[in-house]
Amino acid sequence: MATLEAEAGVAAAVVIRDPSDRVSAKVLRAIARAPVHVFLMFVALLWLMPTLGLFLTSLLSPGDFAANGWWKIISKPHLATWANYGNVWHNTDIPTAIRITAEIAIGGTFLPIIIAALAGYAFAWVEFPGRDWLFVAVIAMLVVPLQMALIPIFSLYNHLHLYDTILGLVLFHTAFGLPFAIFLLRNFFIGIPRDILESARIDGASELRIFLKLILPLGLPAIASLAIFQFLWTWNDLLVALVMARNTVPITVDIFSQLRQFGSNIDIIAPASFLSMIIPLSVFFAFQRYFVQGLLAGSVK
Amino acid sequence: MLAAPPAGGPGVLRRHAVALGFLVPAAVVLSLWIVYPTIYTIVSSFYGKDGFSYGKGFGHGFVGIDNYKSIFTTSILVTAIKNSAIWILVAPATVTAIGLVFAVLTERIRWAVAFKSIVFMPMAISLFATGVIWHVMYIKDPSQGAVNAGIGAVKSWFTTPGALSSASPSTPALTGSADKGYVLHKTVAAGGIAELGLTAIPPTDVPASAKQAATPQPKPGAIDGVVWRDFKPGGGTPGKVEQGELGLPGVVVELFDPSGKKVQSATTGADGSFEFSGVKGAGYKTGIGAATFAKPFAGVSWLGSRLITPSIIIAYIWVWAGFAMVVIGAGLAAISREVLEAARTDGATEWQVFRRITVPMLAPVLSVVFITMLINVLKVFDIVVSIAPGSTQSDASVIAVQMWRQSFGGVNDFGLGSAIAVFLFILVVPVLLLNVRRFRREV
Repeated sequence: MATLEAEAGVAAAVVIRDPSDRVSAKVLRAIARAPVHVFLMFVALLWLMPTLGLFLTSLLSPGDFAANGWWKIISKPHLATWANYGNVWHNTDIPTAIRITAEIAIGGTFLPIIIAALAGYAFAWVEFPGRDWLFVAVIAMLVVPLQMALIPIFSLYNHLHLYDTILGLVLFHTAFGLPFAIFLLRNFFIGIPRDILESARIDGASELRIFLKLILPLGLPAIASLAIFQFLWTWNDLLVALVMARNTVPITVDIFSQLRQFGSNIDIIAPASFLSMIIPLSVFFAFQRYFVQGLLAGSVK
Repeated sequence: MLAAPPAGGPGVLRRHAVALGFLVPAAVVLSLWIVYPTIYTIVSSFYGKDGFSYGKGFGHGFVGIDNYKSIFTTSILVTAIKNSAIWILVAPATVTAIGLVFAVLTERIRWAVAFKSIVFMPMAISLFATGVIWHVMYIKDPSQGAVNAGIGAVKSWFTTPGALSSASPSTPALTGSADKGYVLHKTVAAGGIAELGLTAIPPTDVPASAKQAATPQPKPGAIDGVVWRDFKPGGGTPGKVEQGELGLPGVVVELFDPSGKKVQSATTGADGSFEFSGVKGAGYKTGIGAATFAKPFAGVSWLGSRLITPSIIIAYIWVWAGFAMVVIGAGLAAISREVLEAARTDGATEWQVFRRITVPMLAPVLSVVFITMLINVLKVFDIVVSIAPGSTQSDASVIAVQMWRQSFGGVNDFGLGSAIAVFLFILVVPVLLLNVRRFRREV
C-alpha cells in the first residue's frame, strides 16, 4: 500500500513537473529563436521593398523623381500624386495594351485547358495502342525551348496572316502551354478512382458525357491551378509578343518600347509597369492556394 | 444506348475512336506549333541568312556548320555564352540554397504563411516588370537608387564624409595633396602655434556655422592653431589670419612627432581653432588629414558593364527564391517528425540534424528545384533586356537574348538564329531524357 502510494506520488510529481518544464523550455526556445524572427522580418522587408519602391516611384512627378529617392514619400507624403496615372490612362496606348493583354491571357488560358483536358482524359482513362509512346512525346516537349519555334512560326504567321493578331499569340501560347497542361491533368485524372468511371460506363454514359459530367468537375482543383499558371504566363509574356506582333501588342511590349529613355520616361514606365502588375498580383493573392498546389503537382511527384 | 464493356468487344473500337477524337486538337496544335518548327529550325540552322526555304530547295544557301562556328567565334555571342555559363553556375545553386534556408527557418514560425506570401509574391510579377523594378533599385546616384542609398547609409556609420571636397594651400609653407593630406613644413615646439591656411574652397563647402577665424594664442605644454579660409574678397595677405576670414570647422588636424609618427589628431571648432594638449619638446609637425577631403559615397555602378550580370542575377534570385522555398517547404513537411525527434533525443545538435538528416532526405526535392531552375536560367530573356540599359545590353547578353537579337533585332539572320536556338535546345536535352526515363520507370 505504502509503495503504491509512493509510486502514485512519484507519478503525480512527474505529471506536475512535466508541464512546468515544458513551459520553461518553450520560453528558452522562444528566446533562442528570436534572432531567427528578426532575420526573417528583415528578409520580408527586403523582399517587399523593390515592389513598394516601384509603386512609390510611380507616384512621383518627373521633377520630384529627379530630386528625390522614392523613400522620401514616406516622410513627405505631399510629394505623392496620381497625376502620372491620369496621364498614362488618358494620353498613352496603355489602356489599349491592357485590353489586348487581357484578351491574349484569357484566350491563352481557356484554349489550352480545354484541349489539354480532353487529351489528359484520353491519356489517363482510354486505352489505345501507342498511348505511352505518345505521352513520352508530350513529356519530351515539356522542356523544348520556345526559341525553337520563333523563326518558323514567324514565317508561317506571315503566310497565314496571323502575324500581329491576337489569335496568333493565343495559339502560340496554347501550343507551348499544352505539354505541361496535358502532363498535369493526365496525372491528376489518373488519380480518380476507377470504380466511379467504370460504373458510369456500365450505366451507359458516353465518353463525352463522362468527360463533361465526371472528369471536369472532379478535376476542378487541378484545372484551377493550371488556369492560374497559364494566365500568369501569358499575361507576363514579353518574348512571343515581341516577335509575333507589331501594333497589336500587350502591355509588356508597349512598355519595352519606352525603355530606351528610361530616365526621361520614368513617369510613364513606372505607373504602366505597376498597372501591368495589378491583375497578376490580384490573381495571385486571391488564388494563392491553387497556385501552390499546381506548383507542387508540376515539380514534385 | 449500348453499355460499353470494360474490355474487348465492339466497345474497344469505339473507344479508340473516342480517344482519337479527344487527342486530335492537342495533336494538331502540338504538331504545327512545336514538332514542325523544331524540325524546321534544326534544318534552317545549316542555312544562310534567310534560313531554309521550300521554294528554293535544299541546295540553296546551304552553309554546313558555319552558323555553329559563328556561335563560338563571334565576340558578342561568346560574351553571351560566358554570361550564360555564369548564370548556370550561380543562379540555380543560389536559389536552391536560399529556398532551403527559408524553408527550414519558417518551418516552426507562426507567421510563416505571411512570410511565404511575401517572398513568393514576385513569382506573380512578370520578369519584365521585375526588370523595371530593379532598374529603379539599381540607379547609381545614392539619392535615387535604393540599393546604393542603403550601402551609403551603412558606410556612413563607419566613415563620415570629409568637411571639404577640395582645397589648396594658401602659402607654399603647406605641402601635400588632398588625397594624402597637407603638412606644414615648419616644425612646432610645445607652446607654439600652427596656422594652416587654405584657399580654393568651393563656397558651398563652407558651413553656415563657420565664424571669424581665431588667431591662435601660444599656450604652455600645448600646440594651438587654426585652419581657416585664407581668402577675403579684395585681397588680404596670404598666410595671415585677418578680419573677415572664416574659420573652417570640422577639419581633421594631425600632429606628428619628430620621427614622423602620428601622435594626436583633433577636429577644428566653428572658428577653425584646434589644440593639441600635453605636448612636450620640439620638432613636431602639424598637418591636415586626408580624412578632411574624404569623398561622400558616390554609388556603386550596378548597371555598369562590370556588375551588370551579377546585378541581374540578384533580381532573378529575388523572383525565384519563393518558388524554391515553397517546393522545398512541402518536401520538408513530408519528412517524418519521428526521425528528426529521435535524432534530437539522441543528442544531435540542430546543425547535425539539418546536415545529416534533413538535407539527405530532401535530396530528391532539392534536385527537382535545381533542375527546374537550370532550365529556366537557360531561357532567361525578359529580365535581361529590361534591366540592362542600352549601354550595357551587350555586356549583359545571354544565349536567349542573342537568339532574339540575331534573328529579329536588326541583324535578321535566320540561319544563325536557328543555330542558337538549337544550341539552347541541345543544352536541355539531358533534362528531357531524365524526364522521359523517370516516366518510363513509373509505367
